[in-house]
Amino acid sequence: MPPVAPRSGDAIFANVERVNAELFTLTYGAIVRQLLTDLEEVEEVNKQLDQMGYNIGVRLIDEFLAKSHVSRCVDFKETAEVIAKVGFKMFLGITATVTNWDAEGTSCSLVLEDNPLVDFVELPDTCQGLYYCNILSGVIRGALEMVSMKTEVTWVRDMLRGDDAYELQVKLLKQVPEEYPYKDDE
Amino acid sequence: MIGVGKIKQYTNVLEKPINKGKQEVSLSAFAFLFSELVQYNQTHVDNIAELERRLEDAGYAVGARVLELLCHREKLCHISWAGFESLSFPSHVWIRLFVETAIEGNRRETRLLGILSFVHSTVWKVLFGKVADSLEKGTEHEDEYMISEKELLVNRFISIPKDMGTFNCGAFVAGIVRGVLDSAGFPAVVTAHFVPVEGQQRPRTTILIKFAEEVLQREARLG
Repeated sequence: MPPVAPRSGDAIFANVERVNAELFTLTYGAIVRQLLTDLEEVEEVNKQLDQMGYNIGVRLIDEFLAKSHVSRCVDFKETAEVIAKVGFKMFLGITATVTNWDAEGTSCSLVLEDNPLVDFVELPDTCQGLYYCNILSGVIRGALEMVSMKTEVTWVRDMLRGDDAYELQVKLLKQVPEEYPYKDDE
Repeated sequence: MIGVGKIKQYTNVLEKPINKGKQEVSLSAFAFLFSELVQYNQTHVDNIAELERRLEDAGYAVGARVLELLCHREKLCHISWAGFESLSFPSHVWIRLFVETAIEGNRRETRLLGILSFVHSTVWKVLFGKVADSLEKGTEHEDEYMISEKELLVNRFISIPKDMGTFNCGAFVAGIVRGVLDSAGFPAVVTAHFVPVEGQQRPRTTILIKFAEEVLQREARLG
C-alpha cells in the first residue's frame, strides 16, 4: 500500500470534531484560577502548568501522528514547521509562524498572533510573574520528547505582559536515539 | 495596571471587542485539558465527594462567565450579583452592564421556565453545539427539574473505574449550570447523576436542579 500523503492542517481541522473555543478558554481559566488558589506562588503555578502540558503532550503526539500522516521529519527545521502549520492548526485552529532561526538550526521561535487560551484575560498586579499560557510550552516539550527530541521551551513574548504577540522559543537540546527494548541474545 | 506607559493596541481587555463566538478548537484539545483538570484534582482530594465539589466549583466559574458573555452578546441584559475575581472580567464590567440595562431596557429572565429553557437551549447550544436532549420537571418534588443528555461532551472519553462508585465528571457541567442559575438570580443545588438506560451500554447523564425555597416563593408570587 503506498504511503498516505501528509494532510494540511486545515484539512485535518475541518475533519475533526470541534467544540466552541469559549468553552475551552473558560475551562482553562478555571484551571489556572484553581491552581492559583491551591498553590498561591506564581512560580509554582508556572511549573504545574508546564507539568500538565507535558502530560498532555505525551498523549497528544499519538493523535497528531495518527491524524496527520506526517512522515519522519528530516531535521529540526522541518519539525518546527510541522508544529507551527499542522500541529497548532489541528488542535487549536490557529497557525503559528516560525522565525528567528539560530546559526546551527537548533533554536527557533514560534510566533502566535492569536491565542484561544487568553480571550477575556487580564493579569492582575498580584500575578505579574505568571506565564498564563505555560501549558503550551509543556505540550510542545512533552510531544517532542516522545519523538526522541529533548527540548527546552520558553516564553519570549507574552501579550498578557504587554508585548504585541506570543512568542515561544523552542531549543533542541539533544536527539535521544530510541532504545531497542529487548536484549539481542534473549 | 499592565500596559500603562506602553503603546498597545488596546489599553485594557475591556476595550477589546468581543468576537462573535464562532471560533472553534478541536474536541481532543478540550478533552485533554479536561482530563488534566480531573487528574490534577484527583491528587488533591481524599474522597469522591471532595473531587465532585472541586469540579463543580471549577464549573461554577465557567457558568457565571458564560452568562455574562451570552447576555452581553445577545443584548439580553441582566444584573449579576456574583462577585468576580480578577483573572477574567474585572469587577467593574458588571457596573457597565447595569448601565446598559438602564439605557437599553431589555428584559431579563425572571421566570423559572424562562431561565430553564435558556440553559437547556441557548447555553447548551453555545457550549456543546446542540440543545440538551430533554428538560423535565421532577414528579416527586415541586422544586426539582432535570436536564438529560445521552452522553455529556465532557464524559465522551472518560470511563469511571468501578471503585469510584457513582462519581460523574458531569459534576463540572452541573457546576456550569449552577453558575448560570446563580448569577441570573435563581439559586439552586445542581448535581449530575448517571441513569442506566435499557438497551444502551453507557448510562445517560441527568443534571438534577433543585431550586432554593426563595425561587419557588418568588415564582408563586409572580403568578
